[in-house]
Amino acid sequence: MVNKVVAEFSISYSQILDQNGTLVDVLPAFAQDPAELIKLYKHMVLTRVFDTKAIALQRTGKLGTYPSTLGQEAISTAAASAMHDDDVLCPYYRENAAFFWRGVSMEEILLYWGGSELGSKFHNPAVKQDFPICVPISSQNLHAVGVALAIKLRQQQRAVVVFLGDGATSRGDFYEAINFAGVQNLPIVFIINNNQWAISVPLEAQTSAQTLAQKGIAAGMTNLQVDGNDIIVTRQAVQTALQKAYAGQGPTLIEAITYRLCDHTTADDARRYRQEAEVTAAQGKDPILRLRKYLENIQQWDSTKEDNWQAECSNIVNASVERYLATPVQPATSMFDYLYAELPRALKSQRDMVPQ
Amino acid sequence: MNEINLIEAVNQALDYELTADPNVVVFGEDVGIDGGVFRATVGLVQKFGKNRIIDTPLAENLIAGISIGLAAQGLKPVAEFQFMGFLYAGLDQIISHASRMRNRTRGRITCPLVMRTPYGGGIHAPEHHSESTEALLAHIPGVRVVVPSSPAMAYGLLLASIRDPDPVIFLEPTKIYRLMKQDVPNDGAALPLDVCFVQRTGSDITLVAWGTMLHETLKAADELAEQGIQAEVIDVATIKPLDMETIINSVTKTGRCVIVHEAARNCGVGAEIAANLAEFCLTSLLAPVKRVTGYDTIMPLYQLEEQYLPNASKILTAVREVMEYA
Repeated sequence: MVNKVVAEFSISYSQILDQNGTLVDVLPAFAQDPAELIKLYKHMVLTRVFDTKAIALQRTGKLGTYPSTLGQEAISTAAASAMHDDDVLCPYYRENAAFFWRGVSMEEILLYWGGSELGSKFHNPAVKQDFPICVPISSQNLHAVGVALAIKLRQQQRAVVVFLGDGATSRGDFYEAINFAGVQNLPIVFIINNNQWAISVPLEAQTSAQTLAQKGIAAGMTNLQVDGNDIIVTRQAVQTALQKAYAGQGPTLIEAITYRLCDHTTADDARRYRQEAEVTAAQGKDPILRLRKYLENIQQWDSTKEDNWQAECSNIVNASVERYLATPVQPATSMFDYLYAELPRALKSQRDMVPQ
Repeated sequence: MNEINLIEAVNQALDYELTADPNVVVFGEDVGIDGGVFRATVGLVQKFGKNRIIDTPLAENLIAGISIGLAAQGLKPVAEFQFMGFLYAGLDQIISHASRMRNRTRGRITCPLVMRTPYGGGIHAPEHHSESTEALLAHIPGVRVVVPSSPAMAYGLLLASIRDPDPVIFLEPTKIYRLMKQDVPNDGAALPLDVCFVQRTGSDITLVAWGTMLHETLKAADELAEQGIQAEVIDVATIKPLDMETIINSVTKTGRCVIVHEAARNCGVGAEIAANLAEFCLTSLLAPVKRVTGYDTIMPLYQLEEQYLPNASKILTAVREVMEYA
């Protein structure tokens, strides 16, 4: 009998900034400049202030069902800050931080969850190629590889960043997408936001794989795991993956470990299925708190700066809320006006039936 | 003269548009060196290369999904699904994304794409290879569903579909892939979408059909003519959006209508046509509208497929009933 190992694989886990705000490894080049870290910190705080406000709007009947991003701000901020403007973002629905970083307005995100298609119009030309929020789980992975194929066929130095949750790795869409990315050596970075919960289903009921990163091994790509609450290591991992993509060296799968500190959406009550102690423990690993501690330790941040920035965030968010609430409801005929490039004759009589 | 059959007309249209528009990319299972299981893409990879004629992994959901990504980047994807029975794996992408991307982004991202697939029965194919479930697709807002009935129609309608700024599902009737040849000049001339074609004029009864069934219907019309009954035959061609105006105008003139499709009857496209005639044509009708369709059963394996499928004789029986009514 011939019996030999024909292939061996491993998955690495990386962290630079631990949950206490202590460096456990050397800072990558981008993070040597405190100003850069402050920028990332401020953006995470801004995203969280927005999130708190959005939930309040939902609770007071001014917004529809809304999925919070609480506790997951680092992954989204890290990825967006590593991307070039002409890269393409394919989000799922917890990427507010990435949207805001790239130039989607807060009122557009509010409009989307507030029941208006105007929320996915993305007026800013800088994000005109970015995909809108994707609700059907994992389906965005297939658009993302399509975009990456277009980039490859045109021999452009651009890349795609696609986000997915841990639950999304159970769907065929994910496997079909990573398989294709591997086969075609596509310029794409898959980022799994592993927040441990798919509504009420915990990771161990989702998979018996030791890691989600290893799912990419079967697709023949580079796979790694990072502490997704450590914005420094996450940003560095995405940056490296993007450089690789620009250089035609193919796809990367990054599993970013985090925790969903919030309910799945405002329509969910996570107390029904998970223990408070688990949430409390996860709060200790908060991505914002640890970066604040680090910045304070190196004398780059203090409570005065914090108070000032919090106040400014409130102003920014409140101004967006005002613009959101002041946006007129679209005419009912708009249902017809973007259905096709030109409304087919067959539909004209239906459009005429819409009460003006 | 350029006498070609329907599958050659598909190939000719793909070749023409690949040449004319550098953004066109063709992909699917076995579309490369194999030229597709029906040979629709034969010779294209040799001519246009592997960057434009792409063999995908065996994953229909992927094929549908990458179409959207490619289209969003301004390419003109033309995807082949090997058989309609395998298209369903891509339905999520068609319904949840391709059909609604323009609408949900208020025109920011669009999906000018074509999904081609062989469809229909009558070729003694294995299970899952004889489906005609066009009504499933016709129910989806935001898409076009197109069915050619001849080589010339296939050429002109496929060119129009590739040039269309919205998603088109292009259903190619397998039974008539090689049934007939026509002179189809490779002139790049597209036919209009969203309109029905009157293939034969008549004053006594309107017969409505598409795809393979158009041929059975024309056969029936020939026989009716010998009996002194002049049938007007309408080739629907674009099932969605449906040009009811042409059908209503015809039925207003003839007062009678028989609709023929090989798909199951219940909630078939024929039901939509009949409902429209009831709503807009009632006072012109001399007799009830009749449908000649497949049964509301599972499409049988091929030993019984001829029993399942409508044919000229079944159409003639229905026409007789209608003519006897008034």
